[in-house]
Amino acid sequence: MSYAGVIQKLQKKSCGLCCTRLKGFGVVLGKTEILRDINLHIHCGELTALIGPNGAGKTTLLRAILGEIRHTGELSFLDAEDCRRNPVVGYVPQRLDFDQGTPISVLDMFSACLSFWPVCLGHSRRFRDHAAACLAVVQAEHLLDRRLGDLSGGELQRVLLAMALDPCPDLLLLDEPVSGIDVQGKELFYELVSNLRKRFDLSIILVSHDWTLVSRHADRIVFLDRTVQCCGTPQEVFTSEKILRSYGPVVVEQIDHIRLRGKIVSGIGGTDA
Amino acid sequence: MEIWYALVDRFLPFAWSHYTFMKNALLAVLLVGPMFAIMGTMVVNNRMAFFSDTIGHSALTGIAVGVLLGFQDPLLIMVIFSAFLAVAISLLKMLTGASSTDTIIGAVSAVMVALGIVILSRGGSFNKFLRFLVGDLLSITTKEILFLAFTLAGVIVLWTVMFNKFLLVSVNPSLALSRGIPVRLVETLFCITTAVVVTVAIQWVGILIINSFLILPAAAARNMSRNMQQYHLISVLITLFSGVAGLLASYYWSTAAGATIVLFAAVFYLCSLLIKLKLA
Repeated sequence: MSYAGVIQKLQKKSCGLCCTRLKGFGVVLGKTEILRDINLHIHCGELTALIGPNGAGKTTLLRAILGEIRHTGELSFLDAEDCRRNPVVGYVPQRLDFDQGTPISVLDMFSACLSFWPVCLGHSRRFRDHAAACLAVVQAEHLLDRRLGDLSGGELQRVLLAMALDPCPDLLLLDEPVSGIDVQGKELFYELVSNLRKRFDLSIILVSHDWTLVSRHADRIVFLDRTVQCCGTPQEVFTSEKILRSYGPVVVEQIDHIRLRGKIVSGIGGTDA
Repeated sequence: MEIWYALVDRFLPFAWSHYTFMKNALLAVLLVGPMFAIMGTMVVNNRMAFFSDTIGHSALTGIAVGVLLGFQDPLLIMVIFSAFLAVAISLLKMLTGASSTDTIIGAVSAVMVALGIVILSRGGSFNKFLRFLVGDLLSITTKEILFLAFTLAGVIVLWTVMFNKFLLVSVNPSLALSRGIPVRLVETLFCITTAVVVTVAIQWVGILIINSFLILPAAAARNMSRNMQQYHLISVLITLFSGVAGLLASYYWSTAAGATIVLFAAVFYLCSLLIKLKLA
C-alpha cells in the first residue's frame, strides 16, 4: 500500500461517515422525470459543489437525499468499516420560509432542535451557554436573544448553519445558502464552510450559482442537468468540452469572470481557475 | 369538588359565588383557559385558524351523527367524529398538494354545517340544539368538569413530550425533517389534538365563537412577545383574565358567558395591536 493510501485509510478511521453513495439515483414527480441515473460518491472532508442551470434538479436532489421526496435507485451511507448506517444530516435551506411575525428567538430555535425540555418553559443556564458556543462557531453569538424574524438574510443563514452543525453532522447539505446576500457576506460564508469542512471532517454538498466562489472553495464540482453531465475538480469541469459545447455562452462568460478573479486572488494564494 | 367549593366560599365572598353553578363555571374557565391558551399559540403558529374554525363548525354534524345513533350525550361521538375529520382533512391536504388548503377546508366547513343542520332540523326540532351554537357555560356539571380536567392533563403531557417537535414543524417542515422529525405524523397528531380540544369545550363556549377564544389570546400575545416563553405566558394570562372577567360580567349583565369572554379577549387583542403599532 502506498503512503498516500495509508494516510487515506487513517483519515477514514477518523471520520464518522466516509462515503455517501448514490447509485442509479432518480426522482420522478408526478409524470415528470426530474432526475435520472445519477451515480455519485461523496467523500468526507470534501466540499462538493452542485452546479447547473435553473430547473436542473439541484434542489430536488438535495430534498431526495434528505428523504423529503421519494427516489428510485440506491442511496447508501457507508462509514469507515463500510457498514451502512443512518447518518446525521445537517441541512441549510435556500431560504427559511417562516412566518416573520412568530415570536421565536434564536435560542428557542436551538432549544427546539436539540433538547427535550419544552421551549415554552424557558431555558436552562447550561443550554444557553451551549447554544452560545454553537453560535460562536459561525461568529453569531450576539444573535442569541434576537427574534428570528428580525435577523437579516446573512445572519439567518449563519444561525441555520450553526444549527445544522449541532449535533455534528456526517453530511451537510447547503442549498444555495447565500443567494441574495452581498458579496462580502458570501465570501464570509464560503470561508466559514471551507474551514468547517477541514475542522470537522464533514462531507458537504453545496448548491450554488456562484461559479467564481465555487471554483475557489470546492474540491469537486458536479455539473447537473437532469443527470450528472460532468464531475471533477473545478479545473476539469470548467474546461470540459462537453460543458462548453452544451452550456457554452454562459460558461465561457463565467469562466472569463473566474480568470479575472483568479488573477487578483492568485496574489494572496487563492486557487487559479 | 368539595375542596374547590370551600376555597371559593373562603376567598371569594361575593354575591355571585354563592351559586354552585357559578363555582362550577369558574373552575371550568380556569381549566379551559390554559388549555386553549397553549393550543391557540400553536394553532396561530401553524396558520391553522381556519382549520380549527372548521373543526368547530363540524361539531354540528358530530352532534347530528350522535343523535342519529341515539346517544343521550353526544360528546363522545363528537370527539371521535372531529378526530376523524381532522385526519381526513390532513389526508386531503396531502393528496391534493398543500397549495390550496383553504379551499378544501372552506368546502369541508360549509358541507359539514349544512349536513349538520339538515339532520338536526328534521321534524323541525332544531331549537333544542341552539345551546350548542351559543354555548352554555353555566350548565356545566361536576362530571363534565372532571372530563375537562383530564383533557387539560392530557394536553399538558402531550406538550411536555411533543412541544419542540410541534414548534419546529410549524417553523419549517423541511428543516424539521432534516432533524429527523416525522413531519406528517406530527402534523396529523397536532390536527387531532386541536380537534379533540375544540370539540370537548364546544358545548360550553359555543360553536359560533369557540375559534375566537382559541385564536384571540394567542394573536394578542404574539403581538407583544419576543420569545416562546413570553408568548405562552402572556397568552395564558390573557385567557385566564378574560375568562374570569367575562364570566363575572356575564353574571351581572345576564349575557351569554362564552360570547362575553370572547369580547374581553378581543379587547386584549385590540390593545396588543395598538402596542405593536406604537413599538414599530
